[in-house]
Amino acid sequence: MKSEIKKIIKLFKDKKGALISILQEVQKKYGYLSSEAISALAEELKISENEIYGVATFYTQFKFTKPGNHQVKVCLGTACHVRGGHGIMETVERQLNIKHGETTKDSQFSLERVACMGCCALAPVMVVDNDIFGKITSTKVKNILNDYNRNGGKKQ
Amino acid sequence: MNFNSRRSKALKKWDDLKVRKGIIIYVGAASCGRAAGCDAVTAVINKYLTENNLKADIIEVGCIGLCCFEPMIYIQKDGNPPICYANLNPKIIPALFEDVLQKGDVRKDLALGVIDKKGYGSIPSIYERPMLKPQVRIVLRNCGIIDPTDIDHYLARNGYLGINKALQMKPEEVIKEVKKSGIRGRGGAGFPTGMKWEFCRNAKSEPKYLVCNADEGDPGAFMNRSLLEGDPHAVLEGMLIAAYAIGAPHGYIYIREEYPLAIERLKKAILQMQEYNILGEKILDSDFSFDIEIKKGAGAFVCGEETALLASLMGKRGMPMPRPPFPATSGVWGKPTVINNVETLGTIATIIREGWKWYSGYGSETAKGTKTFSLVGKIKRTGLIEVPLGTKIRDIVYEIGGGVLNDKKFKAVQTGGPSGGCIPASKMDLGVDYETLTSAGAIMGSGGLIVMDEETCMVDIAHYFLTFTQEESCGKCTPCRIGTRRMLEILEKIKSGKGEERDIELLEYLASTVKNASLCGLGQTAPNPVITTLRYFIDEYEEHIKNKRCPALVCKDLITFNIDAEKCIGCGICKKNCPAEAISGETKKAHVIDLNKCIKCGICYQICPVEGKAVYKTSGGSS
Repeated sequence: MKSEIKKIIKLFKDKKGALISILQEVQKKYGYLSSEAISALAEELKISENEIYGVATFYTQFKFTKPGNHQVKVCLGTACHVRGGHGIMETVERQLNIKHGETTKDSQFSLERVACMGCCALAPVMVVDNDIFGKITSTKVKNILNDYNRNGGKKQ
Repeated sequence: MNFNSRRSKALKKWDDLKVRKGIIIYVGAASCGRAAGCDAVTAVINKYLTENNLKADIIEVGCIGLCCFEPMIYIQKDGNPPICYANLNPKIIPALFEDVLQKGDVRKDLALGVIDKKGYGSIPSIYERPMLKPQVRIVLRNCGIIDPTDIDHYLARNGYLGINKALQMKPEEVIKEVKKSGIRGRGGAGFPTGMKWEFCRNAKSEPKYLVCNADEGDPGAFMNRSLLEGDPHAVLEGMLIAAYAIGAPHGYIYIREEYPLAIERLKKAILQMQEYNILGEKILDSDFSFDIEIKKGAGAFVCGEETALLASLMGKRGMPMPRPPFPATSGVWGKPTVINNVETLGTIATIIREGWKWYSGYGSETAKGTKTFSLVGKIKRTGLIEVPLGTKIRDIVYEIGGGVLNDKKFKAVQTGGPSGGCIPASKMDLGVDYETLTSAGAIMGSGGLIVMDEETCMVDIAHYFLTFTQEESCGKCTPCRIGTRRMLEILEKIKSGKGEERDIELLEYLASTVKNASLCGLGQTAPNPVITTLRYFIDEYEEHIKNKRCPALVCKDLITFNIDAEKCIGCGICKKNCPAEAISGETKKAHVIDLNKCIKCGICYQICPVEGKAVYKTSGGSS
């Protein structure tokens, strides 16, 4: 891991204030910020782990536990809210049998809520990995999640 | 190659595209188009073309703003103007292509309009559609028209003429021009842009920095995303002009990580600019040099506030700082910095190119020019629109938006996101500009317009926004950190039917404290949704508190779901889909909901196929 982290740091060598960008790259590579990754970063950047945690925990993007294979995000922006986004969230929670912020036992899905995906005209919206689904209903939720589940976790 | 020959080459390329023999298909492929399913449509198009041995160029364009008509494509055949087909699905494509491409039938039934000022044959211009006709498209002029990944398309549409002109002016003259145009910050606060530039130019410290604020965090707003995805060069040209005017050699774009496509488009555009000598050293052979770095935000709403943005940009926790010092004197690395919103920068090039007089011809007395809005919520035609400032709310909702969804009763429009407020139907004749909206208790904000109907509960909306601001409060100052939490608790109480009469007074008191005592814009505006709903919809609060009733039938603790035995056809769909197994009944006989088991998820209400719905909601004893 150390050599990978060194490589990432090198990308931002001459850039001031690059800590957040570095953390983003580390998370992109490993899916989350493990405590090992953070100690390695602290050592390489010659700053304390506290300082890194201080910055990282401020931002919702950063995760400190391993996420599931598929990231499900349900939008709860204003447009989605008035068009029933909360009902969608509840359906997903029931379907996956987890609450938002959690990962299913088989590590297949993690569930998050997001404030706005910027697809308000298609509200309510949910996202699985990089696929955006607009105008969804509770019935559609089941089919979408089943699609990901059935194909060994891959979308058809 | 110099600028002029680049431009003539681009113009020729654009003209050739427009008259080319053969087939060109333009696909609306911004994030919204993708969410609506344009990828599936494109796949079927490609399959059809291969199977029928047809050759066609497929060009992905940005969003023209008619989001309710997505997915859409424009078909251009043999140099005739492109015709837009809307609300497509993969099934319809083969028949459509058969008719349009092989049989020469333009399929008037599916055509939305011609992408040209004039109509073509029996099909009218798309700009004659009620949704587009009242609009004035200055910022969005290229969105959905050009290929955002091709700098030549932008050049052909008079792109980079603005910076070319600016470089022949003195920086002070550029600032003067922008000041005269009357443009004010489009991020929401409405500070005069030219004045901000002047402060920074006059600040005595080097180097200076320019920051483009693309941290569009208001839920319900997507104007900046659309512009960056559909016409990134417009924003980048604005940055060049701003940087030249203030004398900044470095620029940053601080953009939300949630907008991957916009980031991709910006990166590509920056590379093209470098290749064309429009970015980097000695731009367009002048003495002006400028570089741009993209910084991705990491998911914190408060980072839209300029001092918090600066902290985040420098790799720290995104906490705001007291002002003064203002960023214009002490910003990035303590140096003079201008922070402008995406839309502001997206307008600048046109102002320089066309002149301040032309621009200030649009808009109201105190607010010049146009503003983009994302028109969403309970409205028939959702989309991204651009209108002159001062346009009446009524005209936006009814003419452009086509009225309220399912012809329900219009209740309110929410502007300015979590910092804004709800303007009731009775104030529909107000024009949208900074001062008018502020006097009504809302704010202009970045441009989200969320329409609400009789089925929207205003207590629930206040609760929704406060949940958001309370979570996004960075925790630095006490009024915001604790005040929003306490206000939220009271709203939760009211929503669940446990409200007391003194709660309203307490809410008002807390709202004014949080508003007056918070450190930054987030806290100072967080109470706005509560204040405006209390001001205009006090009766709804009172219904919740006194009669334990939610008139809009939204607040779960106060409603029950029932089945009308007379309307129920006994189809069993609700029973099958009920996650709590609370519905019973035999096929073709009326079903019943067991209220003890019911979790009030509302699925039965949503999917009941009976016309007029057999499932109904009641609250506080009356429906």
